[in-house]
Amino acid sequence: MGMDRILVALSGGVDSSVAAAMLIDEGYRVEGATLKLWGGESDSGCCSVADVDDARRVAQQLGIRHHVFNFGADFDAHVVDPYVAAHAEGLTPNPCVECNRHVKFDRLLHRAEQLGFDAIATGHHVRRVPLAEGGFGLARAVDRAKDQSYVVHMLGKDVVARCLFPVGELTKAEVRQRATALGLRTADKPDSQDVCFIARTNGGRRTFLGSRIPLRSATVVDMAGATLGTTDAVELITIGQRRGVGVAMGERRYVVDVDVAGQRVVLGGPEDLRANHVLLDSLSWVDAPPRDGEQVLVQCSAHGDPVAATVRSGAQRLEFNQPTHRVAPGQSVVLYRNDLVLGGGIAQRG
Amino acid sequence: MVSAATAYLDHAATTPLRPEARAAMLEWMGDRFGNPSGSHTPSRAARQAIDEARDVVAAALGATAREIVFTGGGTEALNLALSGSLGARESASRSGGNLMVLTSAIEHDAVRNAALALVRHGRITHRQIPVSRFGVIDLEALRTLLMDGPVDLVAVMAVNNEVGTIQPIGEVVALVRQHAPGAVVVVDAVQGAAWIDMAAAGLGADLIAVSAHKFGGPQGVGALVVREGTSIEALLHGGGQERERRSGTQNVAAIVGMAAALRTTIDKRAEDMAHIEQLRNRLVDGLVSAIPGCTETVPRAHKVAGNAHVCIEGVESESLLVLLDDGGVYASAGSACASGAIHISPVLEAMGIAPSLALGSLRLTLGPASTDTEVDLALTVVPAAVARLRN
Repeated sequence: MGMDRILVALSGGVDSSVAAAMLIDEGYRVEGATLKLWGGESDSGCCSVADVDDARRVAQQLGIRHHVFNFGADFDAHVVDPYVAAHAEGLTPNPCVECNRHVKFDRLLHRAEQLGFDAIATGHHVRRVPLAEGGFGLARAVDRAKDQSYVVHMLGKDVVARCLFPVGELTKAEVRQRATALGLRTADKPDSQDVCFIARTNGGRRTFLGSRIPLRSATVVDMAGATLGTTDAVELITIGQRRGVGVAMGERRYVVDVDVAGQRVVLGGPEDLRANHVLLDSLSWVDAPPRDGEQVLVQCSAHGDPVAATVRSGAQRLEFNQPTHRVAPGQSVVLYRNDLVLGGGIAQRG
Repeated sequence: MVSAATAYLDHAATTPLRPEARAAMLEWMGDRFGNPSGSHTPSRAARQAIDEARDVVAAALGATAREIVFTGGGTEALNLALSGSLGARESASRSGGNLMVLTSAIEHDAVRNAALALVRHGRITHRQIPVSRFGVIDLEALRTLLMDGPVDLVAVMAVNNEVGTIQPIGEVVALVRQHAPGAVVVVDAVQGAAWIDMAAAGLGADLIAVSAHKFGGPQGVGALVVREGTSIEALLHGGGQERERRSGTQNVAAIVGMAAALRTTIDKRAEDMAHIEQLRNRLVDGLVSAIPGCTETVPRAHKVAGNAHVCIEGVESESLLVLLDDGGVYASAGSACASGAIHISPVLEAMGIAPSLALGSLRLTLGPASTDTEVDLALTVVPAAVARLRN
């Protein structure tokens, strides 16, 4: 497929700035777009006015046209509301995954095509690689420490065909060097962190969720059912958590179960947190799904280490080769064949 | 390089500088530069220039020279009108606080957000006056609000910035005088001054704000009429310029530019309006007939001559504007925030227009320099862009 006009999603950060610069170097006709996603209080995220300013100034430096698109309604409906609803059910959602699934690619790609662009590009650290069967798939970034393949695993082959990820081929240090060499104002800008729509100050997640759903107390018990204390917001507690439950947890105590409806949190030792398998739903694949019985690598959180597992029941069940930390329900679980992203799903209870 | 055809159809956002304004300003961008507050010869010349400009602006707005306060634009004039007059009321009243402010539901952000800031600071209670489906203030609703309890300030715009509707300022003033004789009436004439005779329309209003760049003057300068007997407290404190109501050395070039633009606007108004109205009618009729699902938002009888506003089913303004820009047609959706993103317009919401339709709103605004060629270009580019987006 011929590619000429590329719309780069400029977040106002260094990665997307360099992505745009690289594509210009390669001879594409490039324009930039910043997505206005969140009108709420957080100014820490990817869509604050300050970041729109940075994106616009980078576009000016690069001599490219800059658009601002307001996808706030889509972001509320597909990211923020489900994030809040998931917490109310005691799940541990990945809002960045949902944003990529529904807004950053789906919505932006549609908009870009309407406006006559051949493809979109982002500053994600992930590589677009040719597949043996034809077309393109996704693979882990050159910079393993910055790899973001986990948060874009839901992109299908048809979408990947129309996406470019130039900085996936560079280390973060190389990205910053290129930005510095080009004199881009974003060269030294810190990486974004946390959930973009929740302010780091002013109480963070507790304040954000507390103003949207009632936060309820829960009894904290040990594996034998003996009461250890209480915690004031069961909706904020995640499996595997070691601090902030409201009782002294000691050396090797973890949250091993969260029962929102029963208002109960169970603490246990590392052995109680072990699991032999994880159940998935909402599965999606870049290309063909893995075969039952296939050995894959599995990543169970945004910054988790990959572990080996066997695919069962069309990947609705993954059996770990070695017992591993139980996956918090609601987390995305991503399957890899070596470095190649196969796809993934969302962890279920049980 | 051959310059491509373009059509500037965003005069409600800002207008090109009129040649008369440019000539007047250039005089103050060279050898003449005195501070109007001084006493020596260069200063006296600068003082004379702004005094003469003040006479022109006063006459245009039906005010005396002493009633004119020059500001750094329409937004400042409106903030001074609201905060300044309410501040004076608070100072005068022993109880303090909890003043009642009514604004129409379609006011510009300069009024809406100034009122909301006063609410946040606990200084006022704010109520909105609803508007009709055609974007005209509901006078019966205003009467009810006025009779519901003491009211301290009523703000209504002369002409709406998005849909171009002319508001019945005379009736508003009469109703306020009848039911809340002590209340201050603020008129945002930022969009009105180019099109209607504010000396007549603003009769009886206490505070009237204008902005030069909406009628062929420079950006960053405006004026507020502060009617004799209306107390305001300054927002900017300093050297006491503008009779203690707006400190800071006056922007002489901008002020003489504003006066020249306003004088020319009024001198040529009848002729300009006939020309613009004919262009606007051809533009709207052409769009409505060429684009299925394209409707005129407000009947022309309610509007100023330069405003064309349509809602187009099945397209998003944000995409449409990009394609129009590609085609050299410079327009707006009516409501953008500082970052440049487009929001659903509160004006269209207040008029009861469905969000699905409001998402496809398009505002094309014409001015004295608009031409048939520009209308022709728009009538080619807009339907083509809509067809492409629907495809």
